Amino acid sequence: MAVDDRFSDDFRQARTDQPLGTRNEIITGPVSDWASDFSHLEPEWSADPYPIQDDLRQRCPIAHTERFGGGWLPTRYEDVAAIAYDTERFSSRAIIMGNFRPPREIAPVGGSPPISSDPPFHHDARKLLLPAFTKAAVARQEPATRAFCHSLIDTFEGRDVVDAAYDYAQHIPMRVIADMLGFPAEDGPQFREFVENTLEGVNLPPEERIARMTMLSDYLLAQVHDHIDHPREDLTSYLLNAELYGHKLEPWHVVGTMTLLLIAGIDTTWSAIGASLWHLAKTPEDLQRLVADPRLLPTAMEEFLRAYAPVTMARLVKEDMHWRGVDMKADDWILLSFPAANRDAAQFDRAGQVVIDREVNRHAAFGLGIHRCVGSHLARMELRVALEVWLARIPRFSLGNPSAVTWSAGQIRGPRALPLRIR
Amino acid sequence: MKLQIDSERCQGHGRCYDLAPDLFGDDDEGFGKVLGDGVVPPGKDREARLAVANCPERAIDLLEET
Repeated sequence: MAVDDRFSDDFRQARTDQPLGTRNEIITGPVSDWASDFSHLEPEWSADPYPIQDDLRQRCPIAHTERFGGGWLPTRYEDVAAIAYDTERFSSRAIIMGNFRPPREIAPVGGSPPISSDPPFHHDARKLLLPAFTKAAVARQEPATRAFCHSLIDTFEGRDVVDAAYDYAQHIPMRVIADMLGFPAEDGPQFREFVENTLEGVNLPPEERIARMTMLSDYLLAQVHDHIDHPREDLTSYLLNAELYGHKLEPWHVVGTMTLLLIAGIDTTWSAIGASLWHLAKTPEDLQRLVADPRLLPTAMEEFLRAYAPVTMARLVKEDMHWRGVDMKADDWILLSFPAANRDAAQFDRAGQVVIDREVNRHAAFGLGIHRCVGSHLARMELRVALEVWLARIPRFSLGNPSAVTWSAGQIRGPRALPLRIR
Repeated sequence: MKLQIDSERCQGHGRCYDLAPDLFGDDDEGFGKVLGDGVVPPGKDREARLAVANCPERAIDLLEET
């Protein structure tokens, strides 16, 4: 077998020969008016974005900001859906709204295919991943996931208060994705740092942001080399062997996709599990109903995904255009808020209420269109198992101190500190 | 009644085969497919309508036959 030398030189150097992209001035601080100065990185948004979104949907359904070099925030379901479907006019070449825009030349592949890819490349990069993430494929992870959830709850023995985000929710997706990628299970704490650096470090000075992102690619490169030396049955070896258009994948495609699977697989599900437990802890009537009738879990889970959708995506406008009443400029950001779409009363009855037996729930928590979350079946399996195990083991719990709950900043929203009284 | 999936719209969310596993399955990439000829057997109307109503992409049609 030929030696895999794709990663032997510093292949990262080759990519820096490309045009550099653009940076804009970093603007932070209190928002003056959410309609004209929004920021998803301010504490008010992290603490409770829904009243802000509901207000905007009424008075300014496509809000604007000069921050991040300029961007738009649609809050109506129909506008969010239209943008998600319109890959001709809205590009995914960047999907984290911040102060850096990668060069246009990076399209249609982007830095972390396929989430960062546009058609036609997107379809082929995504097709490589789909078989590994079908419902049947992820069901193979279920017994280990269930056992792991039990082992986490075993550690609560003797404690009156536990942190459901820190001691429970975060560990579940970390362990599952580490297993799937073939990374050491004990590396979980490093993953947390990578996730926070990627998704919450958006307003850091560029040097620091780059340094932190380099830590992640160093880690992934070490895993790549370990897998080249010791191939095994996991997603990393699969990506190393995968072919597209008759060739092995470009090295940055392999590492970009690994980055995506690691980052997108962790804090999203961690957030969904945490938000669901937070809701149940503060809503005893829903908790009692669900414990009394576990057959409600499928609709309850979908309702938590709708009402507390963890993921907001971003797009870049391709060309100057007049779009549904606003003048968008090329390279303006779109903050594509699936959470806001999910609370639009034009689409959902009782949109602002959590209805755990809601039968018709066409929510967009996993996105719409060609970029539907590739890990949605995995996320649903993890969320279901995490809630089943928790509710069976800890049927009674409550919010110890509501003011101690903290939420992540940025485009993935979920509890990061969630102290619960469990006895 | 007969079920039909528009494969141009289906993105593999899998709500149909979660909610109505007697009527829908998936292919090896997770896209939904109608089982058999798509004719809804007696007593399965409710599942069929539930799947249609929960498809995020509105990719399922329920054709009323006379």
